[in-house]
Amino acid sequence: MRFLLLVVPCLLALAVPLFNMTSPELFGIPFFYWFQLLLILVSALGIYVADKIGKA
Amino acid sequence: MFDHLNVVASIVFVFFFALVTVLGFVASRWKSADLAHITEWGLGGRRFGPWVTWFLLGGDLYTAYTVIAIPAVVYAIGAYGFFAIPYTIIIYPFLYVTLPRLWSVSQRHGYMTASDFVLGRYGHRPLELAVALTGILATMPYIALQLVGLEKVIAALGFSGQGMMSHAPITIAFVILALYTYKSGLRAPAMIAFVKDAMIYIFIIAAIIVIPYELGGFGAIFAAAGKAFDAKIAAGAAATPAVKVAAGLTLLPQQVWPYITLAIGSAMALFMYPHAMTGVLSASSARAIRFNTMTLPAYSLTLGLIALLGLMAIAAGVKVGSPQDAVPQLVLWAFPDWFAGFSFAAIALGALVPAAVMSIGAANTFTRNVWKPFINPQITPHQESVIAKLVSLIVKIGALFVIFFMPTQFALDLQLLGGVWMSQIFPTIIIGLFTRWFSGTALFAGWAVGMLVGTSLSWTATAWVPVHALKWDIPLIGIVDTHLGVAVFNGLTAVTCNVVVAALLSLVIRPTGKDETSPADYLD
Repeated sequence: MRFLLLVVPCLLALAVPLFNMTSPELFGIPFFYWFQLLLILVSALGIYVADKIGKA
Repeated sequence: MFDHLNVVASIVFVFFFALVTVLGFVASRWKSADLAHITEWGLGGRRFGPWVTWFLLGGDLYTAYTVIAIPAVVYAIGAYGFFAIPYTIIIYPFLYVTLPRLWSVSQRHGYMTASDFVLGRYGHRPLELAVALTGILATMPYIALQLVGLEKVIAALGFSGQGMMSHAPITIAFVILALYTYKSGLRAPAMIAFVKDAMIYIFIIAAIIVIPYELGGFGAIFAAAGKAFDAKIAAGAAATPAVKVAAGLTLLPQQVWPYITLAIGSAMALFMYPHAMTGVLSASSARAIRFNTMTLPAYSLTLGLIALLGLMAIAAGVKVGSPQDAVPQLVLWAFPDWFAGFSFAAIALGALVPAAVMSIGAANTFTRNVWKPFINPQITPHQESVIAKLVSLIVKIGALFVIFFMPTQFALDLQLLGGVWMSQIFPTIIIGLFTRWFSGTALFAGWAVGMLVGTSLSWTATAWVPVHALKWDIPLIGIVDTHLGVAVFNGLTAVTCNVVVAALLSLVIRPTGKDETSPADYLD
């Protein structure tokens, strides 16, 4: 579980064909841009949760 | 020289510069200790808690050059410049797993540099030296590029000069920086980083609200940028001879693999740089490092927004000779003079913090891993501190000379090669944190092969280029074609060769050097 929380965001970030497109847009921002920006937060959250699980 | 000076912006700029100069000198008394000891001067006594480390590493890694160069690429060709985002996404989960181990073993054995760890782990002098020299070699042009970032904003203030005088402002800035780094060591950039990072955040929040408002929203910005890229491609096709322009709001098919591999390769290289190691090893606990792998992404988000400034510059109609002027010109277009001065000061301080940490990292490495083993093995920690301080001065003067006497393109090329080179010590360091199966001699051979492959792949008759098709013309062998039809980042190709060579040779040559670490040393 911890492993997945760390690895999945990385794989998503490298799966470029999945997000190399303009739609759907968010506040006028093409998918390519907002998806990657959002993934920064998701990845950081993944590390945080993995860390919490590890300490428990 | 001062005819076109933006007076208001310049006053604000100079005010903030003066403020951090005072801080830089005052920093010598912060967490006060004997600065004549190298661990105090060069690592802040390993006493920086989670937050100080956050500011220091953030200020250290997300540099002025980045703030100028990433949006410059986005301004010029669009989506491709966004590779910095996947790069900074994949790096932190990886660091969460690896860096606490490095910190723990370094703290137990008093290691100050990556090469210290390599010597302790493998007991192999040539490998230690290879790691040290790779770091120093890659750091020098990186410091020089911070000066380029600094010069861009000073030029935007309206300062212009002839010949040597054109470099006067950065010379003054760098001499001041050199003096307080000499006096206060790592404490100076750590303290200045607080101011710099706060200013960068204020700048980017204002930019991301004000500029889209002025330009009619993000929809309008992306539409204008898309149109500009289409026009660029059409102009290229119409030119004689026709030029294929690879630009757009999304990646073209041939850009996808370079984008992915550049992200992976850059991530492998980043924490191998001496200045990143210095930032990590100055933390007070493994806990502080883990905390930072969760919180440093805040800077990545900022970097992503800064990258978008490149597109905003297009939409704002900013026309520049060099794409690197896009952000400074956009700032002048969007903000009142006083806030432009504030923003430029933020970017300029973004050059000083990394330049200071880089020179300290390079100085620590030179002193511990070149001077000590080869010149004076009996050196005391106090003598080490004297040498390191002098080297930090020499490194900065060297960077100034690079800017004075070499074409900027040369520094850019070297920086690009720096990424390729730094990733060649990745196997030695990272594999070494988990296993001692690889032998020092095999890793040394792998490093040599990787350096050679990476450098030769990057060389073309016209320019140094970071990516190469998976089809090679190898001397004595001939043309080898993988028929995959894709191009990848040379650092990644080279490091693959590096690991294969190291693994195969390790089967034959078993480790002989002494390993002074034990498995428990890596746990906190």
